[in-house]
Amino acid sequence: MSVEATQTAMTLTDHLPVLQVVVPLVTAPLIVLIGSRRLTWTLAFVASVISFAIAILLLMQVIDGSVISYNIGGWAPPLGIEYRVDAANAFVLLLVTGISTVVLPYARESVRSEIPARHHTLFYAAFMLCLTGLLGVAITGDAFNVFVFLEISSLSTYVLISMGSYRDKRALTASYDYLIMGTIGATFFVIGLGMLYMATGTLNMADLAERIADQGSNRTIRAAFAFIVVGMGLKVAIYPLHLWLPNAYTYAPSAVTTFLAATATKVAIYVLLRFTLSIFQPNFLFQVNTLEFIILPFAILAMFAASFIAIFQTDFKRMLAYSSIAQIGYMLLGISLLSENGLTATVAHLFNHGITKATLFMGVGILVLRAGGSFYNRIQGMGETMPWTSAAIVIGGLSLIGVPGTAGFISKWVLIEATIEKGWWPVSVLIVLSSLLAVIYVWRVIETLYLKAPLAGTDYKEAPLSMLIPMWILALACIYFGFATDVTINAARTAAQGLLAGSAGML
Amino acid sequence: MRHHLILRVITKMLVGAIMLFAFYVQFHGDFSPGGGFQAGVIMAVAFILYGLVFSLQDVQHVFPPWLVHKLIALGVLLYAGTGVVSMFLGNSFLDYGAFTPEHPSHGQHYGIFAVELGVGITVTAVMVAIYYAFAGRPPRLSDEEW
Repeated sequence: MSVEATQTAMTLTDHLPVLQVVVPLVTAPLIVLIGSRRLTWTLAFVASVISFAIAILLLMQVIDGSVISYNIGGWAPPLGIEYRVDAANAFVLLLVTGISTVVLPYARESVRSEIPARHHTLFYAAFMLCLTGLLGVAITGDAFNVFVFLEISSLSTYVLISMGSYRDKRALTASYDYLIMGTIGATFFVIGLGMLYMATGTLNMADLAERIADQGSNRTIRAAFAFIVVGMGLKVAIYPLHLWLPNAYTYAPSAVTTFLAATATKVAIYVLLRFTLSIFQPNFLFQVNTLEFIILPFAILAMFAASFIAIFQTDFKRMLAYSSIAQIGYMLLGISLLSENGLTATVAHLFNHGITKATLFMGVGILVLRAGGSFYNRIQGMGETMPWTSAAIVIGGLSLIGVPGTAGFISKWVLIEATIEKGWWPVSVLIVLSSLLAVIYVWRVIETLYLKAPLAGTDYKEAPLSMLIPMWILALACIYFGFATDVTINAARTAAQGLLAGSAGML
Repeated sequence: MRHHLILRVITKMLVGAIMLFAFYVQFHGDFSPGGGFQAGVIMAVAFILYGLVFSLQDVQHVFPPWLVHKLIALGVLLYAGTGVVSMFLGNSFLDYGAFTPEHPSHGQHYGIFAVELGVGITVTAVMVAIYYAFAGRPPRLSDEEW
């Protein structure tokens, strides 16, 4: 850093917010340019580890509730693009980079078996771009920039999903469906942004919030709100807009499903949070009505309908995809409560469900590697032949149900507390009831793995360590965060307070 | 197309002119920033026209698919790299003033020049790659070229 001495005060630490995005962004073209199949994975992994380290450093700086602002190109906001890190998005950044750092070692073996070697460079380049996009969406403080990064992550996601076609051709239609739905979602989102820009003349989030507060509610702003919620709703897979999700998750390569399930929908939920709480005011009546009479019923519907569908699946991977839709219901429920506790539950569940689902999808990937598929009749009895994999799946399953002592319990507990605090006790009952449905679908898996006899003539080995270790890291994280509750809950609470801060005590 | 003499002769004349115009749009970006995208498309048109009138093999002989794919990445890297360099010079990401601290507006010129060049390269390569992908079904770019 001697070059820097001549210049000004900007040190490496000041650049952390932009490096968070630039490191994976630069790695993607590097991978393609170098084009070496051997180096590819190493490059991607190193980039992911660096991003993870940056995310930790950023979270440490903002955990006390402070905010870091970085001006791209030296142009000050609201004119320039600003990267803005507070507790809420630092938490999301940590989740995304953490999951990618755990998934990549796992991906090596899994990708080798599912994707032909000649496409590996492209696969990892697309993976890096997807990571770039997700990180960018989370970190930026500029509403239009969100759209740009959203497209970067979406386009690379379509490619990643379609790479599942070497195992099952239906990945192509799944990817195409997602492309159509995702593009409609992005279009709605950008129409909403256009309306906001029309009404306020700015795209910087903090500035938008101020100006919307000044002019109060009018039709343009209401329409913008509706467009943004529907557009993001498609990305989040809010219940009636979820149709792309089951196929996309089922047919994507295992490593991709793991990564996407734990990060992509979570980032979309973060955007939804940011827009509904920081930019639009939570006391804006139209919004309260939308959340209470549209999002809340659909969230509850998702919790039940998707869980029911999950119960009747015969494919483990597909079952998990439907369960994801149900779990998204819990997060939306937390948002629709519009209270600090509700948001804390949403942010905590975002993280806890991320690690839980990643554990489970990794388990599926290992079963696919050994058994060649994840249908229940194919994986039955594998608890005996693959004890470690199956044990991790059980831990993930328990966390998915929300058994005390696992991460999933904590966020559901906070959510129930928040509903009771609001006086919506029927909703609390519904949360518990829908968890019972989770018991059924998780039990089906456990029964298949442990209580049925293995198929005749199958002699599966335990998975390679490079896949087992990442899965167990996540499985142990599920337990760890089930006991060390202050870590997640405190971070989530700071995040929730930060998100509500824009509305300065209006609740 | 063997017998379309006029078409072939005119195309040969036009390709050069189109490329020249692409360069003009590209490097005029110095004074009217933002030409990289348009210049890239115009440049790609030169290749696509050549491919349409002669043949896919001919244009791929001039501009082989492996090169197209490397250029896609190179352009992005050039853009991001400019930002990284400005960062190492002590300013914020993509703050071109860093290149000539004593006279920041000159730095702005250089910075936009480099960034637009990156955009131009990537857009050219992407457009040509899309054309190759459509024209070459079943895929002509052998996957071994990656």
